[in-house]
Amino acid sequence: MTFQQMCTQLLEGLEMTLIIFFLVVIFSLPLGLIVCFGRRSKFKPLSWIVRVFIDILRGTPLMLQLLVVMYGPYFLFGMRLNPTWRFTALIIGFVINYSAYFAEIYRAGIDSIPIGQYEAAEVLGYTNRQTFMKIILPQMVKRVIPPTTNEIITLVKDTSMAFVLATTPPEMFTLAKQITAAGRMGHGAKSMLPLFIAGVFYFVLNAIVSWTMGKLEKKLAYYQ
Amino acid sequence: MILQMNNIKKSFGDLTVLQDISMQVNEGEVISIIGPSGSGKSTFLRCATFLETIDSGEINYMGTKAAWTGADGKAEYLHKNELRKVKSWYGLVFQQFNLFPHYTVLKNLMDAPIHIQKREKKEVEEEARALLKRMGLEDKADAYPCQLSGGQQQRVAIARALAMNPEVLFFDEPTSALDPELTGEVLKVIKALAEDKMTMVIVTHEMSFARAVSDRVIFMDGGVIVEQGDPEKVFGNPSEERTKQFLRNYNR
Repeated sequence: MTFQQMCTQLLEGLEMTLIIFFLVVIFSLPLGLIVCFGRRSKFKPLSWIVRVFIDILRGTPLMLQLLVVMYGPYFLFGMRLNPTWRFTALIIGFVINYSAYFAEIYRAGIDSIPIGQYEAAEVLGYTNRQTFMKIILPQMVKRVIPPTTNEIITLVKDTSMAFVLATTPPEMFTLAKQITAAGRMGHGAKSMLPLFIAGVFYFVLNAIVSWTMGKLEKKLAYYQ
Repeated sequence: MILQMNNIKKSFGDLTVLQDISMQVNEGEVISIIGPSGSGKSTFLRCATFLETIDSGEINYMGTKAAWTGADGKAEYLHKNELRKVKSWYGLVFQQFNLFPHYTVLKNLMDAPIHIQKREKKEVEEEARALLKRMGLEDKADAYPCQLSGGQQQRVAIARALAMNPEVLFFDEPTSALDPELTGEVLKVIKALAEDKMTMVIVTHEMSFARAVSDRVIFMDGGVIVEQGDPEKVFGNPSEERTKQFLRNYNR
Protein backbone atom coordinates (compact mmCIF):
# COMPACT_ATOMS: atom_id res chain seq x y z
CA MET A 1 0.00 0.00 0.00
CA THR A 2 1.42 3.36 -0.99
CA PHE A 3 1.57 6.36 1.30
CA GLN A 4 -1.00 8.09 -0.86
CA GLN A 5 -3.45 5.19 -0.70
CA MET A 6 -3.05 5.14 3.05
CA CYS A 7 -3.81 8.84 3.34
CA THR A 8 -6.83 8.56 1.06
CA GLN A 9 -8.28 5.74 3.17
CA LEU A 10 -7.66 7.61 6.42
CA LEU A 11 -9.25 10.76 5.00
CA GLU A 12 -12.38 8.76 4.26
CA GLY A 13 -12.33 7.70 7.91
CA LEU A 14 -11.78 11.31 8.92
CA GLU A 15 -15.06 12.20 7.23
CA MET A 16 -16.84 9.73 9.52
CA THR A 17 -14.95 11.07 12.53
CA LEU A 18 -16.13 14.58 11.67
CA ILE A 19 -19.74 13.43 11.25
CA ILE A 20 -19.67 11.84 14.71
CA PHE A 21 -17.98 14.92 16.16
CA PHE A 22 -20.42 17.45 14.75
CA LEU A 23 -23.52 15.40 15.59
CA VAL A 24 -22.40 15.07 19.19
CA VAL A 25 -21.52 18.78 19.50
CA ILE A 26 -24.79 19.92 17.93
CA PHE A 27 -26.94 17.80 20.26
CA SER A 28 -24.96 17.81 23.49
CA LEU A 29 -24.28 21.57 23.78
CA PRO A 30 -27.99 22.50 24.02
CA LEU A 31 -28.96 19.30 25.86
CA GLY A 32 -26.36 20.24 28.48
CA LEU A 33 -28.29 23.44 29.16
CA ILE A 34 -31.52 21.50 29.74
CA VAL A 35 -29.70 19.07 32.05
CA CYS A 36 -28.23 22.08 33.84
CA PHE A 37 -31.73 23.51 34.39
CA GLY A 38 -32.76 20.18 35.88
CA ARG A 39 -29.74 20.15 38.15
CA ARG A 40 -30.48 23.72 39.34
CA SER A 41 -34.22 23.13 39.67
CA LYS A 42 -35.83 24.23 42.94
CA PHE A 43 -37.96 21.08 42.69
CA LYS A 44 -35.69 18.90 44.85
CA PRO A 45 -36.57 15.41 43.51
CA LEU A 46 -35.74 16.52 39.95
CA SER A 47 -32.48 18.16 40.91
CA TRP A 48 -31.54 15.08 42.94
CA ILE A 49 -32.27 12.62 40.13
CA VAL A 50 -30.32 14.72 37.63
CA ARG A 51 -27.46 14.90 40.06
CA VAL A 52 -27.33 11.11 40.43
CA PHE A 53 -27.37 10.70 36.63
CA ILE A 54 -24.56 13.20 36.21
CA ASP A 55 -22.51 11.40 38.85
CA ILE A 56 -23.02 8.06 37.10
CA LEU A 57 -22.16 9.48 33.68
CA ARG A 58 -19.02 11.10 35.00
CA GLY A 59 -18.05 8.23 37.27
CA THR A 60 -18.13 5.32 34.82
CA PRO A 61 -16.09 4.76 31.63
CA LEU A 62 -17.53 6.26 28.47
CA MET A 63 -16.67 3.03 26.68
CA LEU A 64 -18.85 1.08 29.12
CA GLN A 65 -21.71 3.56 28.61
CA LEU A 66 -21.47 3.16 24.85
CA LEU A 67 -21.76 -0.62 25.21
CA VAL A 68 -24.74 -0.26 27.56
CA VAL A 69 -26.57 1.94 25.07
CA MET A 70 -25.62 -0.42 22.27
CA TYR A 71 -26.73 -3.70 23.92
CA GLY A 72 -29.22 -2.37 26.48
CA PRO A 73 -32.29 -2.48 24.24
CA TYR A 74 -31.61 -6.16 23.47
CA PHE A 75 -30.73 -7.40 26.95
CA LEU A 76 -33.21 -5.23 28.85
CA PHE A 77 -36.16 -5.20 26.47
CA GLY A 78 -35.43 -8.07 24.12
CA MET A 79 -35.57 -5.74 21.13
CA ARG A 80 -34.16 -6.91 17.83
CA LEU A 81 -31.52 -4.46 16.71
CA ASN A 82 -31.00 -3.62 13.06
CA PRO A 83 -27.53 -2.80 11.73
CA THR A 84 -28.05 0.97 11.73
CA TRP A 85 -28.61 0.88 15.47
CA ARG A 86 -24.84 0.77 16.12
CA PHE A 87 -24.33 4.25 14.80
CA THR A 88 -27.43 5.65 16.53
CA ALA A 89 -26.33 4.06 19.82
CA LEU A 90 -22.89 5.59 19.41
CA ILE A 91 -24.31 9.10 18.98
CA ILE A 92 -26.84 8.68 21.81
CA GLY A 93 -24.13 7.39 24.16
CA PHE A 94 -21.78 10.25 23.34
CA VAL A 95 -24.48 12.93 23.54
CA ILE A 96 -25.73 11.76 26.95
CA ASN A 97 -22.22 11.58 28.36
CA TYR A 98 -21.08 14.93 27.03
CA SER A 99 -24.27 16.74 28.00
CA ALA A 100 -23.56 15.72 31.61
CA TYR A 101 -20.15 17.37 31.47
CA PHE A 102 -21.48 20.45 29.68
CA ALA A 103 -24.29 20.76 32.25
CA GLU A 104 -21.77 20.98 35.07
CA ILE A 105 -19.70 23.54 33.15
CA TYR A 106 -22.81 25.66 32.54
CA ARG A 107 -23.84 25.34 36.18
CA ALA A 108 -20.47 26.65 37.33
CA GLY A 109 -20.81 29.47 34.79
CA ILE A 110 -24.29 30.49 35.94
CA ASP A 111 -23.33 30.31 39.62
CA SER A 112 -20.36 32.58 39.00
CA ILE A 113 -22.57 35.49 37.91
CA PRO A 114 -22.82 37.93 40.84
CA ILE A 115 -26.18 38.03 42.64
CA GLY A 116 -26.23 41.79 42.02
CA GLN A 117 -26.99 41.13 38.35
CA TYR A 118 -30.20 39.31 39.31
CA GLU A 119 -31.14 42.01 41.80
CA ALA A 120 -30.54 44.84 39.34
CA ALA A 121 -32.67 43.05 36.75
CA GLU A 122 -35.41 42.35 39.27
CA VAL A 123 -35.64 45.96 40.41
CA LEU A 124 -35.84 47.08 36.76
CA GLY A 125 -38.81 44.76 36.31
CA TYR A 126 -37.31 42.01 34.15
CA THR A 127 -39.16 38.69 34.37
CA ASN A 128 -37.14 35.62 35.38
CA ARG A 129 -37.07 34.52 31.77
CA GLN A 130 -35.90 37.90 30.50
CA THR A 131 -33.26 38.05 33.23
CA PHE A 132 -31.88 34.68 32.18
CA MET A 133 -31.99 35.23 28.42
CA LYS A 134 -30.75 38.84 28.34
CA ILE A 135 -28.54 39.23 31.39
CA ILE A 136 -27.32 35.87 32.69
CA LEU A 137 -26.96 33.64 29.60
CA PRO A 138 -24.73 35.99 27.56
CA GLN A 139 -22.36 36.46 30.48
CA MET A 140 -22.42 32.73 31.21
CA VAL A 141 -21.47 31.86 27.62
CA LYS A 142 -18.42 34.08 27.83
CA ARG A 143 -17.30 32.48 31.08
CA VAL A 144 -17.73 28.85 29.97
CA ILE A 145 -15.79 29.07 26.71
CA PRO A 146 -12.42 27.93 28.12
CA PRO A 147 -13.73 24.80 29.93
CA THR A 148 -16.07 24.03 27.02
CA THR A 149 -13.08 24.16 24.65
CA ASN A 150 -11.40 21.55 26.83
CA GLU A 151 -14.36 19.22 26.53
CA ILE A 152 -14.64 19.68 22.78
CA ILE A 153 -10.96 18.83 22.35
CA THR A 154 -11.48 15.69 24.41
CA LEU A 155 -14.46 14.83 22.23
CA VAL A 156 -12.35 14.97 19.06
CA LYS A 157 -10.11 12.29 20.53
CA ASP A 158 -12.97 10.32 22.09
CA THR A 159 -14.58 9.75 18.68
CA SER A 160 -11.97 6.96 18.39
CA MET A 161 -14.12 4.98 20.84
CA ALA A 162 -16.48 4.24 17.97
CA PHE A 163 -13.97 1.45 17.50
CA VAL A 164 -15.60 -0.63 20.26
CA LEU A 165 -19.03 -0.49 18.62
CA ALA A 166 -17.55 -1.26 15.21
CA THR A 167 -19.80 1.23 13.47
CA THR A 168 -19.88 1.23 9.70
CA PRO A 169 -18.50 2.91 7.74
CA PRO A 170 -15.49 2.95 10.09
CA GLU A 171 -14.10 6.22 11.40
CA MET A 172 -10.44 7.16 11.20
CA PHE A 173 -9.10 5.39 14.26
CA THR A 174 -10.70 2.05 13.34
CA LEU A 175 -9.20 2.31 9.85
CA ALA A 176 -5.74 3.20 11.13
CA LYS A 177 -5.81 0.16 13.38
CA GLN A 178 -7.05 -2.09 10.52
CA ILE A 179 -4.38 -0.94 8.07
CA THR A 180 -1.64 -1.33 10.68
CA ALA A 181 -2.82 -4.82 11.66
CA ALA A 182 -3.00 -5.86 8.01
CA GLY A 183 0.59 -4.70 7.58
CA ARG A 184 1.73 -6.90 10.43
CA MET A 185 0.05 -9.90 8.78
CA GLY A 186 2.19 -9.31 5.73
CA HIS A 187 -0.18 -7.28 3.58
CA GLY A 188 0.38 -3.64 2.81
CA ALA A 189 2.36 -1.13 4.79
CA LYS A 190 4.36 -3.02 7.44
CA SER A 191 4.77 -0.01 9.66
CA MET A 192 3.10 2.15 12.28
CA LEU A 193 2.75 4.91 9.74
CA PRO A 194 -1.11 4.73 9.58
CA LEU A 195 -1.37 5.29 13.33
CA PHE A 196 1.08 8.15 13.08
CA ILE A 197 -0.83 9.81 10.26
CA ALA A 198 -4.12 9.42 12.19
CA GLY A 199 -2.42 11.06 15.16
CA VAL A 200 -1.41 14.00 12.99
CA PHE A 201 -4.99 14.35 11.71
CA TYR A 202 -6.38 14.39 15.27
CA PHE A 203 -3.79 16.96 16.22
CA VAL A 204 -4.62 19.22 13.29
CA LEU A 205 -8.34 18.88 14.01
CA ASN A 206 -7.79 20.02 17.58
CA ALA A 207 -5.57 22.86 16.46
CA ILE A 208 -8.54 24.08 14.40
CA VAL A 209 -10.88 23.64 17.37
CA SER A 210 -8.68 25.62 19.73
CA TRP A 211 -8.04 28.31 17.12
CA THR A 212 -11.78 28.72 16.49
CA MET A 213 -12.64 28.84 20.18
CA GLY A 214 -9.80 31.29 20.76
CA LYS A 215 -11.35 33.53 18.10
CA LEU A 216 -14.71 33.32 19.82
CA GLU A 217 -13.12 34.14 23.16
CA LYS A 218 -11.45 37.21 21.66
CA LYS A 219 -14.73 38.28 20.11
CA LEU A 220 -16.36 38.33 23.53
CA ALA A 221 -13.43 40.08 25.20
CA TYR A 222 -14.96 43.51 24.61
CA TYR A 223 -16.29 43.50 28.16
CA GLN A 224 -15.22 42.10 31.49
CA MET B 1 -47.84 60.18 49.63
CA ILE B 2 -45.51 57.91 47.71
CA LEU B 3 -44.60 55.19 50.18
CA GLN B 4 -46.02 54.15 53.50
CA MET B 5 -44.45 51.28 55.45
CA ASN B 6 -46.11 50.21 58.67
CA ASN B 7 -44.89 47.91 61.47
CA ILE B 8 -42.31 46.14 59.33
CA LYS B 9 -40.77 43.11 61.00
CA LYS B 10 -38.00 41.00 59.54
CA SER B 11 -35.79 38.24 60.96
CA PHE B 12 -33.07 36.08 59.47
CA GLY B 13 -33.40 32.86 61.45
CA ASP B 14 -33.04 33.80 65.11
CA LEU B 15 -31.65 37.22 64.31
CA THR B 16 -34.26 39.97 64.37
CA VAL B 17 -33.12 42.66 61.95
CA LEU B 18 -36.16 44.93 61.87
CA GLN B 19 -38.47 45.18 64.85
CA ASP B 20 -41.59 47.10 64.09
CA ILE B 21 -40.42 49.89 61.79
CA SER B 22 -42.73 52.43 60.18
CA MET B 23 -41.86 55.13 57.70
CA GLN B 24 -43.60 57.45 55.29
CA VAL B 25 -42.13 59.06 52.17
CA ASN B 26 -43.85 62.12 50.73
CA GLU B 27 -43.49 63.53 47.26
CA GLY B 28 -40.37 65.63 46.74
CA GLU B 29 -38.91 64.59 50.07
CA VAL B 30 -35.27 63.61 50.54
CA ILE B 31 -34.74 61.22 53.44
CA SER B 32 -31.39 59.99 54.69
CA ILE B 33 -31.12 56.86 56.80
CA ILE B 34 -28.00 56.71 58.94
CA GLY B 35 -26.82 54.28 61.57
CA PRO B 36 -24.07 51.82 62.44
CA SER B 37 -23.37 48.69 60.41
CA GLY B 38 -25.88 45.97 61.22
CA SER B 39 -28.52 48.46 62.34
CA GLY B 40 -30.92 47.13 59.70
CA LYS B 41 -30.96 50.16 57.41
CA SER B 42 -29.91 48.26 54.28
CA THR B 43 -32.36 45.46 55.06
CA PHE B 44 -35.08 48.06 55.46
CA LEU B 45 -34.30 49.41 51.99
CA ARG B 46 -34.24 45.90 50.54
CA CYS B 47 -37.66 45.24 52.09
CA ALA B 48 -39.00 48.46 50.58
CA THR B 49 -37.75 47.35 47.13
CA PHE B 50 -39.00 43.74 47.53
CA LEU B 51 -35.51 42.24 47.35
CA GLU B 52 -36.29 40.81 50.79
CA THR B 53 -39.70 39.64 51.90
CA ILE B 54 -40.99 41.02 55.19
CA ASP B 55 -42.24 38.73 57.95
CA SER B 56 -45.14 41.02 58.78
CA GLY B 57 -46.25 44.61 58.29
CA GLU B 58 -47.68 46.68 55.47
CA ILE B 59 -46.12 48.25 52.38
CA ASN B 60 -48.14 50.79 50.46
CA TYR B 61 -46.97 52.45 47.23
CA MET B 62 -48.96 55.31 45.68
CA GLY B 63 -52.06 54.16 47.53
CA THR B 64 -51.69 50.58 46.31
CA LYS B 65 -51.34 47.98 49.02
CA ALA B 66 -48.40 45.82 47.90
CA ALA B 67 -47.86 43.80 51.08
CA TRP B 68 -49.87 43.27 54.22
CA THR B 69 -50.16 40.99 57.20
CA GLY B 70 -52.54 38.14 56.51
CA ALA B 71 -54.95 36.46 58.89
CA ASP B 72 -52.25 34.00 59.98
CA GLY B 73 -49.94 36.86 61.01
CA LYS B 74 -47.62 36.33 58.06
CA ALA B 75 -46.95 38.82 55.30
CA GLU B 76 -48.80 38.44 52.01
CA TYR B 77 -47.81 40.09 48.75
CA LEU B 78 -49.66 41.16 45.65
CA HIS B 79 -49.59 38.70 42.77
CA LYS B 80 -46.38 38.80 40.69
CA ASN B 81 -48.03 40.55 37.75
CA GLU B 82 -49.58 43.31 39.84
CA LEU B 83 -46.38 43.66 41.85
CA ARG B 84 -44.53 44.37 38.61
CA LYS B 85 -46.57 47.53 38.22
CA VAL B 86 -45.69 48.61 41.76
CA LYS B 87 -42.04 47.94 40.99
CA SER B 88 -42.15 50.45 38.15
CA TRP B 89 -42.73 53.22 40.69
CA TYR B 90 -39.33 53.04 42.31
CA GLY B 91 -35.69 52.67 41.35
CA LEU B 92 -32.73 51.42 43.34
CA VAL B 93 -29.07 52.38 43.14
CA PHE B 94 -26.77 49.71 44.57
CA GLN B 95 -23.54 50.01 46.47
CA GLN B 96 -21.82 47.83 43.85
CA PHE B 97 -23.49 49.60 40.86
CA ASN B 98 -24.56 46.28 39.28
CA LEU B 99 -24.47 47.59 35.74
CA PHE B 100 -24.87 45.00 32.98
CA PRO B 101 -21.27 44.53 31.81
CA HIS B 102 -22.14 43.15 28.36
CA TYR B 103 -24.26 46.19 27.46
CA THR B 104 -22.96 49.60 26.48
CA VAL B 105 -23.77 52.52 28.76
CA LEU B 106 -26.60 53.60 26.45
CA LYS B 107 -28.06 50.08 26.29
CA ASN B 108 -27.90 49.81 30.09
CA LEU B 109 -30.20 52.84 30.18
CA MET B 110 -32.45 51.89 27.27
CA ASP B 111 -33.06 48.16 27.54
CA ALA B 112 -35.55 48.13 30.41
CA PRO B 113 -37.61 51.15 29.25
CA ILE B 114 -37.93 49.56 25.78
CA HIS B 115 -38.48 45.92 26.74
CA ILE B 116 -40.15 46.22 30.14
CA GLN B 117 -42.09 49.46 29.81
CA LYS B 118 -42.60 48.92 26.06
CA ARG B 119 -41.84 52.53 25.24
CA GLU B 120 -40.88 53.96 21.87
CA LYS B 121 -37.20 53.42 21.10
CA LYS B 122 -36.62 56.88 19.69
CA GLU B 123 -38.16 58.64 22.65
CA VAL B 124 -36.25 56.42 25.12
CA GLU B 125 -32.95 57.13 23.38
CA GLU B 126 -33.51 60.89 23.47
CA GLU B 127 -34.31 60.69 27.15
CA ALA B 128 -31.35 58.40 27.86
CA ARG B 129 -28.91 60.74 26.12
CA ALA B 130 -30.34 63.70 28.04
CA LEU B 131 -29.88 61.77 31.29
CA LEU B 132 -26.28 60.98 30.43
CA LYS B 133 -25.69 64.64 29.73
CA ARG B 134 -27.16 65.51 33.09
CA MET B 135 -24.72 63.04 34.67
CA GLY B 136 -21.82 64.58 32.74
CA LEU B 137 -21.35 61.38 30.74
CA GLU B 138 -22.62 62.32 27.28
CA ASP B 139 -19.34 61.13 25.71
CA LYS B 140 -19.59 57.69 27.36
CA ALA B 141 -22.77 56.46 25.66
CA ASP B 142 -20.95 53.79 23.62
CA ALA B 143 -18.48 52.76 26.32
CA TYR B 144 -18.77 49.52 28.29
CA PRO B 145 -18.99 49.69 32.10
CA CYS B 146 -15.52 48.12 32.51
CA GLN B 147 -14.04 51.13 30.71
CA LEU B 148 -15.41 53.56 33.31
CA SER B 149 -14.22 54.60 36.75
CA GLY B 150 -16.28 53.62 39.79
CA GLY B 151 -17.73 57.11 40.07
CA GLN B 152 -18.74 57.09 36.41
CA GLN B 153 -20.28 53.62 36.76
CA GLN B 154 -22.34 54.77 39.71
CA ARG B 155 -23.56 57.81 37.78
CA VAL B 156 -24.58 55.49 34.94
CA ALA B 157 -26.43 53.34 37.49
CA ILE B 158 -28.29 56.44 38.71
CA ALA B 159 -29.15 57.34 35.12
CA ARG B 160 -30.34 53.76 34.48
CA ALA B 161 -32.71 53.99 37.45
CA LEU B 162 -33.94 57.43 36.35
CA ALA B 163 -34.58 56.22 32.79
CA MET B 164 -37.53 54.25 34.18
CA ASN B 165 -39.10 57.52 35.40
CA PRO B 166 -39.61 56.29 38.96
CA GLU B 167 -41.64 58.16 41.58
CA VAL B 168 -38.99 57.52 44.21
CA LEU B 169 -35.32 56.60 44.02
CA PHE B 170 -33.60 54.51 46.71
CA PHE B 171 -29.86 54.56 47.28
CA ASP B 172 -28.12 51.76 49.20
CA GLU B 173 -24.82 53.25 50.36
CA PRO B 174 -24.12 54.66 46.90
CA THR B 175 -20.58 55.84 47.67
CA SER B 176 -19.32 53.09 49.98
CA ALA B 177 -17.47 51.28 47.19
CA LEU B 178 -15.78 54.50 45.99
CA ASP B 179 -12.62 56.25 47.10
CA PRO B 180 -13.05 59.78 48.52
CA GLU B 181 -12.13 61.47 45.28
CA LEU B 182 -14.85 59.68 43.32
CA THR B 183 -17.40 59.98 46.14
CA GLY B 184 -17.66 63.72 45.51
CA GLU B 185 -18.81 63.41 41.90
CA VAL B 186 -21.58 60.98 42.83
CA LEU B 187 -22.79 63.06 45.77
CA LYS B 188 -22.87 66.12 43.50
CA VAL B 189 -25.23 64.33 41.13
CA ILE B 190 -27.53 63.24 43.97
CA LYS B 191 -27.53 66.77 45.31
CA ALA B 192 -28.57 68.10 41.91
CA LEU B 193 -31.44 65.61 41.88
CA ALA B 194 -32.51 66.83 45.31
CA GLU B 195 -32.58 70.38 44.01
CA ASP B 196 -34.84 69.18 41.19
CA LYS B 197 -37.22 67.82 43.84
CA MET B 198 -36.65 64.16 43.08
CA THR B 199 -38.07 62.01 45.87
CA MET B 200 -35.20 60.03 47.38
CA VAL B 201 -34.39 57.71 50.26
CA ILE B 202 -30.65 57.45 50.86
CA VAL B 203 -28.90 54.97 53.13
CA THR B 204 -25.49 56.53 53.70
CA HIS B 205 -22.44 56.90 55.90
CA GLU B 206 -21.71 60.39 54.50
CA MET B 207 -22.88 62.47 57.43
CA SER B 208 -22.14 65.97 56.17
CA PHE B 209 -23.79 65.08 52.87
CA ALA B 210 -26.87 63.73 54.65
CA ARG B 211 -27.05 66.90 56.72
CA ALA B 212 -26.78 69.16 53.70
CA VAL B 213 -29.12 67.37 51.31
CA SER B 214 -31.94 65.86 53.42
CA ASP B 215 -35.32 67.14 54.45
CA ARG B 216 -35.44 64.46 57.11
CA VAL B 217 -32.86 62.22 58.76
CA ILE B 218 -33.62 58.83 60.28
CA PHE B 219 -31.17 57.32 62.73
CA MET B 220 -31.51 53.54 63.04
CA ASP B 221 -29.90 51.17 65.47
CA GLY B 222 -30.65 47.60 66.52
CA GLY B 223 -33.52 47.28 64.06
CA VAL B 224 -35.49 50.27 65.32
CA ILE B 225 -35.73 53.95 64.44
CA VAL B 226 -34.04 55.62 67.39
CA GLU B 227 -34.58 59.18 66.29
CA GLN B 228 -35.75 61.12 63.24
CA GLY B 229 -36.41 64.66 62.20
CA ASP B 230 -34.94 67.78 60.71
CA PRO B 231 -31.24 67.23 59.86
CA GLU B 232 -30.12 70.29 61.83
CA LYS B 233 -31.94 68.94 64.86
CA VAL B 234 -30.69 65.32 64.56
CA PHE B 235 -27.09 66.28 63.78
CA GLY B 236 -26.88 69.54 65.77
CA ASN B 237 -28.86 68.69 68.85
CA PRO B 238 -29.89 65.03 69.02
CA SER B 239 -32.22 64.14 71.85
CA GLU B 240 -31.29 60.46 72.21
CA GLU B 241 -28.10 59.39 73.97
CA ARG B 242 -27.47 56.62 71.36
CA THR B 243 -27.58 59.19 68.56
CA LYS B 244 -25.11 61.45 70.34
CA GLN B 245 -22.77 58.53 70.91
CA PHE B 246 -22.95 57.47 67.23
CA LEU B 247 -22.34 60.99 65.92
CA ARG B 248 -19.47 61.57 68.34
CA ASN B 249 -17.65 58.63 66.79
CA TYR B 250 -18.11 60.19 63.38
CA ASN B 251 -16.90 63.63 64.32
CA ARG B 252 -13.65 62.35 65.74
